[in-house]
Amino acid sequence: MVNENLVKDVVKEPYKYGFVTDIETEKIEKGLNEDIIKLISQKKEEPKFLLDFRLKAFKKWQKMKEPDWAALGYKKIDYQDIIYYSAPKQKEKISSLDEVDPKLLETFDKLGIPLTEQKKLTNVAVDAVFDSVSIATTFREELAKHGVIFCSISEAVKNHADLIEKYLGTVVPASDNYFAALNSAVFSDGSFVYIPKGVTCPMDLSSYFRINSGDSGQFERTLIIAEESSSVSYLEGCTAPMFDTNTLHAAVVELIALDDASIKYSTVQNWYAGDEKGIGGIFNFVTKRGKCLGKRSKISWSQVETGSAITWKYPSCLLLGEESVGEFYSVALTNNLQQADTGTKMIHIGPKTKSTIVSKGISAGNSKNSYRGLVKMGTKATGSRNYSQCDSMLIGDQASANTFPYIKSQQPNSEIEHEASTCRISEDQLFYLQSRGIEFEEAVSMMVSGFCRDVFNQLPMEFAAEADKLLALKLEGSVG
Amino acid sequence: MQSKMRESDPILEVQNLSASTDNLPILKGVSLTVYPGEIHAIMGRNGCGKSTLSKIIAGHPSYNITNGDIKFLGENINSLEPEERAQSGIFLGFQYPIEIPGVSNLEFLRVSTNARRKFLNKEELDTFDFEELVKEKLEIVKMNHAFLSRSVNQGFSGGEKKRNEILQMALLEPKVAILDETDSGLDIDALRIVASGIKKISNAQTGIILITHYQRLLDEIKPNYVHVMSDGQIIKTGESDLALELEEKGYEWTDNFIKET
Repeated sequence: MVNENLVKDVVKEPYKYGFVTDIETEKIEKGLNEDIIKLISQKKEEPKFLLDFRLKAFKKWQKMKEPDWAALGYKKIDYQDIIYYSAPKQKEKISSLDEVDPKLLETFDKLGIPLTEQKKLTNVAVDAVFDSVSIATTFREELAKHGVIFCSISEAVKNHADLIEKYLGTVVPASDNYFAALNSAVFSDGSFVYIPKGVTCPMDLSSYFRINSGDSGQFERTLIIAEESSSVSYLEGCTAPMFDTNTLHAAVVELIALDDASIKYSTVQNWYAGDEKGIGGIFNFVTKRGKCLGKRSKISWSQVETGSAITWKYPSCLLLGEESVGEFYSVALTNNLQQADTGTKMIHIGPKTKSTIVSKGISAGNSKNSYRGLVKMGTKATGSRNYSQCDSMLIGDQASANTFPYIKSQQPNSEIEHEASTCRISEDQLFYLQSRGIEFEEAVSMMVSGFCRDVFNQLPMEFAAEADKLLALKLEGSVG
Repeated sequence: MQSKMRESDPILEVQNLSASTDNLPILKGVSLTVYPGEIHAIMGRNGCGKSTLSKIIAGHPSYNITNGDIKFLGENINSLEPEERAQSGIFLGFQYPIEIPGVSNLEFLRVSTNARRKFLNKEELDTFDFEELVKEKLEIVKMNHAFLSRSVNQGFSGGEKKRNEILQMALLEPKVAILDETDSGLDIDALRIVASGIKKISNAQTGIILITHYQRLLDEIKPNYVHVMSDGQIIKTGESDLALELEEKGYEWTDNFIKET
């Protein structure tokens, strides 16, 4: 039991990214039907194969039912009350950053993602996505020298249609699930990455997703392809303004790693979470999956999930290639009335495949935090191994934590190891740290970062520091 | 005894202190004054309120002060947060030091040392300078450097935990240290190390309160005063020979004092 009164005294830090950019936008009418999809495709000047892909997905979606198996409770989403395309008005063709609306550049500046030549981050290439469109991608020429393609997926559709046609929907088929089907039908923008054979990407690549308008959904689509013996580290960040309505975000991310290739995908998700009464916030329904197609390929997911009113997300690995490796490192923090149902799937198909799952769930306030994971060993996955560790930390006595580990093994010659624990920050621990002169809030954040250490160690350096700060910020005033 | 003339001002004054937890009275009017350079021993049966007294002085949130005052360096500290008390120089050595998984001992020691240094307007130490300081202090408790890279108290033996407490005391350089059964669970060698550590850290400016059941710690550190507690009160105060008498006659002997009062 942690002292309630002490906690209520602590003032909650407001969400720093809650501002709205006042900019003229081009929005299409609300609702979803074949004509809307044709309109989106037409606006993006897409080839026929992509329009067909969208329409097929839409037909499937119409026959599907919204899943209800997750430990989440929320008001039914009215899919006809959402705008599926919203873009800031700007010139038809932008050839350089100078032509981008300064308001947009300013927005990303405020978010700590400067895009202009003078100010841009020196060690990371950034693709900045604002509502339905990509605004700018930095360091493109530099990357092109190494043969690396990093651009918005809309551009990739125009300039690298062969790669899109070959790989889009091969990891997450349109019929995979309700939200993936919806995304496949209406996706607007996102990032595309192609790392050629033998290339180690010279810098980290990053996408920053910003939702600005309150009534339109964001449906981004990301595709990363790592050819033989290549490697890349990709970072993703997300924020949104504070609205008292819920905004739908349904993304699909597909990763493909060929022989000896490695992809590291890190996310810091800080969408607006709603207020302390649970009003507003992003509904985050995301399908992320990587395919370890090649021998000895490796896909590693690390995520720090702190935002969104609802999180439904299971970054997964399909381990096809012999000796391929899948990893999932996750910190999910929920506070107030947030709900998260998140975890991973490790599907071992090839022999001698290996996967590691480390999940840390922290629930504070009245929130609900569930880990849901599947480890499957197929008939050919001889000599494969999985290690899972799922720990939950409860802060206060109103929060709840669940763990749902599913294990399916069709291969006796494989090993699956699962460990789980639940702990609570005790008054005695807090008192011990305080009695050594450490402030109450710092004591809590020390314990939380200690709890998350195994995961933070997996994040790229700048991200780890940011994640640490973010958790401390999110927990301010939550201990009760 | 407490009224004896002393040259300087007291460090700690507990005045007629009553306290309860969940409306259950635990302390029933305790008074105790500690002057610089003094060593006080508090003895008594389990459940007599010794540990509670130490926790209340350190500011544990589970207890409510229902009457009386705690003064530190002349200021009333009844309503100060535990961290404020610690920063200003009150140290509590825990009977059962708490394990904190994932938090490195080194980082914990550095953050707490800096909190105290900040209060004293001393420069905060970076990791390198702190490393130097902590090395020196490790000597006092004969601890291995490897302790620092482990999580706070996690997987430490009973003796290691107690030595870690004394290490913290050495780093924080408190004005008054209350050591709650620091001797329990220690073998003879560890007891000597801990006792000599306490002696090295304390000086003519510090006050020490030793809470103990046993004479053996008091053989190593001779107290100026011995207080016997029973049912939330100090029922007898004497000099160091009181502890010997208590050892000989047992706590049953003290029951008579209550009848007398």
